[in-house]
Amino acid sequence: MRRPQHDPRELAAIFAGGALGALARTALSEAIPHRAGAWPWATFAVNIAGAALLAWVVTLLNERLPPSRYRRPLLGTGLCGALTTFSTLQLELLSLLDDGHVALAAGYVLASLAAGLGVVWLVTGLVRRGGIA
Amino acid sequence: MSVALWVGVAVLGGLGALARFGLDGAVSRRVKGAFPAGTLAVNLTGALALGALAGADVDGDARLLAGTALLGAYTTFSTWMLETHRLGEDGRRLAMAANVVVSVGLGLAAVAIGRALA
Repeated sequence: MRRPQHDPRELAAIFAGGALGALARTALSEAIPHRAGAWPWATFAVNIAGAALLAWVVTLLNERLPPSRYRRPLLGTGLCGALTTFSTLQLELLSLLDDGHVALAAGYVLASLAAGLGVVWLVTGLVRRGGIA
Repeated sequence: MSVALWVGVAVLGGLGALARFGLDGAVSRRVKGAFPAGTLAVNLTGALALGALAGADVDGDARLLAGTALLGAYTTFSTWMLETHRLGEDGRRLAMAANVVVSVGLGLAAVAIGRALA
């Protein structure tokens, strides 16, 4: 299997987007520290905001705008990918379960999934109807 | 937080995103079919690594850099949700459900294993 050749500028766009996403997420997690046994607001907020932003970027770029080489790597792969997190979500879930907060853990994972899929569905529909740009 | 720490967050965040792009591409080229195996591979390896950081009691600036910046940027919730939604749109209900259940189930297992191994 042949390795695909990557455009260095595409990689630079992913790096720049990833750096911005990590800065934004770190700033929020420092501003809203997570307390054990409490709802992880910082993670929840970046994940849902990032899912909405990614649905907007991908639907707009794939379906409504002329092809662009660097917008998706910068905004989608880089920014939204780095802003949101799966690993922290899972560690928070496990910690809640460890501490016996089963209902809170279940509520957190179900709310993350429902809100995450919900905003993707909503934003995708709005962009396709020309509602957002 | 010092300026050096913020610079570290930015650099590791950029590297995490590149690592995700690399592994996702490598896995997606090898695994045929509609199931987003690349994102799953990224998220499970990242969950395993974050579990190991927690198990080794890495905290403070090192935890911020390795956990929040690097592994936070490496793993992704947004792509997981977008791919799940698109599977549903394509009528692939089973793959859609599997992508949710397998990710959460194996994700929890990966964190627990990482923590136990560290």
